[in-house]
Amino acid sequence: MLRINNLVKTFDGERRRRRDSKTPSAQEARVFAVNDVSFTVENGQLFTLLGPSGCGKTTTLRSIAGLERPDSGSIEVADRVLFSADEGQKQVNVPANERGLGMVFQSYAIWPHMSVFDNVAFPLQVRKRGERLGRKEISERVMRVLETMELGHLAERQATKLSGGQQQRLALARALVIEPPLLLLDEPLSNLDAKLRESLRYELKRVQRELGITSVYVTHDQVEALALSNAIAVMRNGSVVQLGRPRDIYENPNCRFVAEFIGTSNFLTGNVVAKDGDRYTVNTIDGRLALDSAMTLPLGTDVIVSVRPEAVEVSTTSRAGEVPNEWKGTVLTRAYLGDSLDHVVGVGKHELRTRGNPSTSIEPGTEVYLRMDPAKLVLVPVD
Amino acid sequence: MTTASPAVSARRGATLGWLRRLLTPKIAIIVVVAGLIGYLALVPLYYLIWGTFFDANGFTLGGFARAYGDPRVGDMIGNSLWFAVGAAVLSLCVGTALAYLNVRTDVPFKGLFFAASIIPLIIPGILYTIAWIFLASPDIGLLNKLIEPIFGPAFFDIFTVWGMVWVEGLHLSPIVFLLMVAAFRSMDPSLEESALMSGASRWQVFRRVTVPLTRPAIVAAVLVMVVRSLESFEVPALLGLQNGIYVFTSRIYFVLRSYPPDLAAAGALAVGLLVFALIGVAISNLVGRSGKTYQTVTGKGFRPRPMELGKWRPVMGAVIVLYFFFTVVGPLLVLLYTSLLKFYQAPSGEAFASMTFDNYRQLFDMSDAMTALKNSLVLGLGSATLVMILMAVGAWIVVRSRIPGRQLVDHLSFVPLVIPGLVLGLALSFVYLRSPIPIYGTIFILLIAYCTRYMPYGMRYAVTSMHQISAELEESAQVSGASWWQTFRRVLLPLLSPGLLAGWIYILVVSFRELSSSILLYSPGNEVLSILIFEQYENGQFTVLAALGVVMVLTLAVLVVIAYKLGAKVGLRQD
Ligand SMILES: Nc1ncnc2c1ncn2[C@@H]1O[C@H](COP(=O)(O)OP(=O)(O)O)[C@@H](O)[C@H]1O
Ligand SMILES: [Mg+2]
Repeated sequence: MLRINNLVKTFDGERRRRRDSKTPSAQEARVFAVNDVSFTVENGQLFTLLGPSGCGKTTTLRSIAGLERPDSGSIEVADRVLFSADEGQKQVNVPANERGLGMVFQSYAIWPHMSVFDNVAFPLQVRKRGERLGRKEISERVMRVLETMELGHLAERQATKLSGGQQQRLALARALVIEPPLLLLDEPLSNLDAKLRESLRYELKRVQRELGITSVYVTHDQVEALALSNAIAVMRNGSVVQLGRPRDIYENPNCRFVAEFIGTSNFLTGNVVAKDGDRYTVNTIDGRLALDSAMTLPLGTDVIVSVRPEAVEVSTTSRAGEVPNEWKGTVLTRAYLGDSLDHVVGVGKHELRTRGNPSTSIEPGTEVYLRMDPAKLVLVPVD
Repeated sequence: MTTASPAVSARRGATLGWLRRLLTPKIAIIVVVAGLIGYLALVPLYYLIWGTFFDANGFTLGGFARAYGDPRVGDMIGNSLWFAVGAAVLSLCVGTALAYLNVRTDVPFKGLFFAASIIPLIIPGILYTIAWIFLASPDIGLLNKLIEPIFGPAFFDIFTVWGMVWVEGLHLSPIVFLLMVAAFRSMDPSLEESALMSGASRWQVFRRVTVPLTRPAIVAAVLVMVVRSLESFEVPALLGLQNGIYVFTSRIYFVLRSYPPDLAAAGALAVGLLVFALIGVAISNLVGRSGKTYQTVTGKGFRPRPMELGKWRPVMGAVIVLYFFFTVVGPLLVLLYTSLLKFYQAPSGEAFASMTFDNYRQLFDMSDAMTALKNSLVLGLGSATLVMILMAVGAWIVVRSRIPGRQLVDHLSFVPLVIPGLVLGLALSFVYLRSPIPIYGTIFILLIAYCTRYMPYGMRYAVTSMHQISAELEESAQVSGASWWQTFRRVLLPLLSPGLLAGWIYILVVSFRELSSSILLYSPGNEVLSILIFEQYENGQFTVLAALGVVMVLTLAVLVVIAYKLGAKVGLRQD
């Protein structure tokens, strides 16, 4: 459906150049906003670009929309080449207004001088003369989309008079009214407060699934990405570092960056000392850990073990001998989070964060036993 | 041959296709607008230089020798600087203080501020100057008559450099006020509040936080004020010439009005004035660059708690009322008073008893006056409309396009800012005296002059409002399938319209009262209002002139009110 190959987009380091214009090399300093990004999105899927601010998500999305001109690479939607600038191939760059895609901007970009109806009707009204629909048809289609978004009763309202959540739905309605093959969303929920964000997240998912519209979704919020996506690409400094289903990415991060970025994690550095099939034994400063991994690593390799807080069980009683990976430690602090309870436990020189059911609450200062399920520990190669 | 032809025709086809792709409405509009901006900015300068340095025999410095050989030239340069810097400093102090009081304190009479800042804008400089002559001339000044019993006769003398500084500085102060109000408003008050919380006194906060943060605005204001005073013509011409106090502008005028007019010498003086204006710009750029610019505008609508003035409140209130009297009430009242007299005299029971509307009646019978009113109206509306249309596109090129060299369009549009009106008038007469197109002696040459002079202001208004429109609003239209022109017309123009309208009103007002370019370009029998007033002043027709002045101010007031009302009606439903 959407196919992106080797996309590269650089900007001049303009600001830098002006500041220290004495150094000649600074003149050539270019920011690689997007650096060799490739991915494909299947029909009807919601694909998420996830990463910290400044990693190039927006630039990638804007390149698909036609608002930025990439330096090289190609972009295809539904087998139609929208952009291609690879050497030895035909140069193509379809202007944004001829790509026929839908886009929801981070600021919503609702036109403040138009009513709700006019905002949604605009994309239909500006079509080329031959393809333009009649007045009645336009009005019907706009109203249908507005109804889907539960905005029908607000059609005549001035667009600026809407609440944040309504503006967001209006932006979505405007993007959907032309029934585009691909919907692009740039942090569409980031301007809303936490409560509203959650309800709109499900609303968005519902609409996307009902219409079966292929979507590319940009966010820096891992919870949002995990909840919404069929597939996620985690980006860093302009490159995709891991691409996969939400569960893969959460459970098997392929590097420390991904593990750190998605959810909270404890990192223990160590060294492979034994291997039996998929079962590894890793020596860390604070003790040995047994864990399962499909990776093939020779003995003696330096590794990082990522331990999710919820993979650690805290207990005042020992079951040593019955289960692997039991460590001894002392509770340092605890934090009640409503639906869960965190303990920070000191083990040797390190601290481990654990997360469990609020019914287990242990006084700080108490000696405890930590048990870690080998199946839930993740082996991450050292970068 | 036959084998080559397909290749040739293919290449020609490619070239044609390439050309056709270039000839979109977007590119055509952009090229035309950028070309016009460049033409308006550069051609007069070119001819000015050419007319100054070349005569029938080729290159010459004769004009310079005649202009600067005069022994009084040192005095003239000294006076020019004294006058320009004095007026700029006065307007800056007054304007900034008033703006701070208005935005950040609980000073009383806040309503008066906006009257005091808007009304002087619609009192043309020439009327303002004449009003001050009526108020403070040593012979006939009303203020002098008023305080004669205490201070003796002729206490104030407006016909001095200090008098010129006073009139020009007061007349400019509302502009500084408006600039600084905007700057203070856009500053996040929490920056000041956190300084207060750190233990700084009010004065320290003002000096260490407020002033550095508003420095870009202050520097910009100084630049504009020095250049405006340097190029001011009416104040030095009316107040200075009386006692032989020359500045650049009045000297140029003098040289051109003596017989035979020495164009090259006037050009040489104009070049000198231009150099001073450029030095002013360069200095303020240096100062402006040494201080970093801060992004203090957060765009959030905050409502800072006003500072309480306490026991100073009544004092400040009195200052405001005094200021209002000096800038608005005094000049307007004295014009109105004079316009009702049979001949100019100090107020007395007798004078009030003899008041009539004869002067106004006389105006309606004067064909000159009616022509002038019509000309001023046509020129004001025409130049405001043309400039704002051009600059809307110009601002798009500068702010939004990625066309290489777009900054050049910006710089070009600002060139006229440093060309004094009189110099522009001279330069345009150099251009169109030689031009085969019969423009010289018609009002079209005035239209060109006004468009050129006010292009920088139009550009500033358009660029500012373009910056306020998030690029995403435009991009979302593009993604929705709108072409460049559709996006421009249906999204950008409506959103820009409040800013464009504000610029349009401003240009309308300033063109309506323009004097210093017009005085070198008008043709007798085809005057504009300000020229007619100038002529009447020279002929000593004070009472008719005052009546004409009242009509002029009223016309402007009506125009501005209509424009605002229209603006409020035509889809500017902004919040
Ligand atoms: N117009 C631009 N000019 C220069 N640099 C830019 C521009 N747009 C983005 N960048 C740079 O490109 C990088 C990626 O930006 P962006 O795609 O906006 O990141 P994200 O959306 O992931 O936060 C950043 O380093 C940013 O500073
Ligand atoms: Mg972004």
